[in-house]
Amino acid sequence: MSLLTLADLRPLERARILEVGTPSRVSSAETEDLIRALLEMGVVEGSEVQILHVAPWSQDPIAIEVRGALIALRRQEASLVRVERVQS
Amino acid sequence: MSIALVGLPNCGKTSLFNALTGSRQKVANYPGVTVERKEGWIRSEGAPLRVLDLPGTYSLDSRTPDEEITREVILGRFAGEARPEVLVAVLDATNLERNLALVLELKALQVPMVIALNMMDLASRRGLELDQRKLEAELGIRVFPTVAVRSQGLDPLIQAARSLREPRLGTQNWKPSTGSEVRARFNEVDRILRVCVTQASRPSERTRSLDRVVLHPVWGIVVLGVTLALMFQAIFSWASVPADWIELGVAAFGKWVGTLFSAGPLRSLIVDGMIAGVGAVLVFLPQILILFAFIYALEDSGYLARAAFLMDRIMSKVGLQGRALIPLLSSYACAIPGIMATRTIASPRDRLATILVTPLTTCSARLPVYTLLVGAFIPEQKVWGWLGLQGLVLLGLYVMGTVAPLTAAWALRRTVLRGPKPMLLMELPTYKRPSLKGLALGLLERTQLFLKRAGTIILALSVVIWFLSTYPQTSDGSVSIESSYAAQIGKTIEPVLRPLGFDWRVGMALVPGFAAREVMVSALGTVYAVEASDEGGVARLGEKLASSWSLATALSLIVWYVFAPQCISTLAVVRRETNSWRWTGFLLLYLTVLAYLASWVTYQGLSRIGWGY
Repeated sequence: MSLLTLADLRPLERARILEVGTPSRVSSAETEDLIRALLEMGVVEGSEVQILHVAPWSQDPIAIEVRGALIALRRQEASLVRVERVQS
Repeated sequence: MSIALVGLPNCGKTSLFNALTGSRQKVANYPGVTVERKEGWIRSEGAPLRVLDLPGTYSLDSRTPDEEITREVILGRFAGEARPEVLVAVLDATNLERNLALVLELKALQVPMVIALNMMDLASRRGLELDQRKLEAELGIRVFPTVAVRSQGLDPLIQAARSLREPRLGTQNWKPSTGSEVRARFNEVDRILRVCVTQASRPSERTRSLDRVVLHPVWGIVVLGVTLALMFQAIFSWASVPADWIELGVAAFGKWVGTLFSAGPLRSLIVDGMIAGVGAVLVFLPQILILFAFIYALEDSGYLARAAFLMDRIMSKVGLQGRALIPLLSSYACAIPGIMATRTIASPRDRLATILVTPLTTCSARLPVYTLLVGAFIPEQKVWGWLGLQGLVLLGLYVMGTVAPLTAAWALRRTVLRGPKPMLLMELPTYKRPSLKGLALGLLERTQLFLKRAGTIILALSVVIWFLSTYPQTSDGSVSIESSYAAQIGKTIEPVLRPLGFDWRVGMALVPGFAAREVMVSALGTVYAVEASDEGGVARLGEKLASSWSLATALSLIVWYVFAPQCISTLAVVRRETNSWRWTGFLLLYLTVLAYLASWVTYQGLSRIGWGY
């Protein structure tokens, strides 16, 4: 099983979301809230995603495009989103 | 009859609200919280229709106080707010993939609803081809294409909403959705779109190409720097023109009113107390409006979220969010709009941290005090042949006023406001031209609020200060500042202030300074019997101070002004925005302690090396 996450993608690399959540880790209430928030903003399984921009200095946060919207989040949060690369 | 507008953030909901109601709107706060409540009326044919603009939300599972209000009002559970009879779901037609999910969630509540398919012009231009009949059939809800910014498509929408009034089914049994319910909604959205959309709309090319510059690691910072420089330029230099007019106008008005009365207590009260006091604050109106216009344009165009994105790393180092950038910047003009701008920060803890540090930013009301003291005590010499020493000191004060809030935030986040690192999950909306109508309405509203404040709190305080410094009069009826109540207060607090190098005269000027910092200048003028409002008066006051104070006292007072919470309006706003006397008290206490310690160190240190006379 691929363990590639959204945080590992290079800018403009196309990917599809496989899972939003923390299957392996113990999840806290905060992670649960975060997962819910990601889902509600359209970061859901099956949607295509790509990193369009990275912030200056530390390359964090990142701006991703998903379901036609541009969303800013930190890499730490992005690591909750498991993805697979797709060929463009 | 009443309808409510619901939709995602940036779906054009507020444009639709403005288009529907024009200036027939009322903006207030929901009781007990600091969420704006926007209500308006439509007076087209038929009975007047009440329109409520609910805060934008991605779903009914609230994450912020704004979103919670939206849900509670829709469910009819918000005390004091009648449940809207019909919902108008406002959708951004260029982004149905996400906007429809909220419609599905609302539909499950079984409330009467119509859909405004907004920004239809943009969507068509970006290639959207949609079968509206099929969409209506799939959703079981009537759909009306609209272009809110051009007031297109509004009448059929409103007629449909009017005709929808029907006995409603229960909506009390709402439960937060589980993760799999949210996923199911998006799957359903995808299914509906496959049925109804023959050609999806393309992402905005303009936004993409702009973002390649604006979010570029190097050019993005340059754009941000230029934007901020422009904003400062506007606040400090353009605003001074209308501010001068207001100042002249107030002076002329005072003079004219003065001729209507004979000399005596009444004239003194009206001219020196009321007109001068309110006038001293009115001059800040242009600054506040220019700042508001800037922030409005930045927010409405979509740039503000990008600035927050660029600054997130730095802000998170001190435990703040990228979004705290704007409140902090606004505070260079005035802490009050700065504190109000914290409303865009979702997490209560992050927001509180931002509110508690904004008063440390060098606001423009400190400038008159700095100008006076720096001019009087710092010699006018050049450093390295070309840099003015006075300018350098002033710059240093601004640096202090920038480092101080960031350091305070860092300290607060490690002590009283410890908690998880603020999370960042923020949409960067498609760029759009800021709406002039919205700007005009916003400026009108700010002006009204400001004038209301000037006419009430500030007027009352001005009268109190005037009274304290004018009475009791000596037996021959003349005014003697030395024996006034203000002087008595000054003398009472002198023992506390002496370690800072302040005597009773400074003490009595500090007291009115609490109403508004800049009042300190005219108060010192009163104390030292110099008419500071005259032409050249400030310079003469400076000479007077230079001959009666030591350098240590002057610098100690400057440092006091860097930190002290010398502004009652700020405290009032903090009280309103935090809804807590405790945090307001905490702010007052920590800033006062900080100011006292810093002034003490300054005065004692400088006296030690012989600058205290």
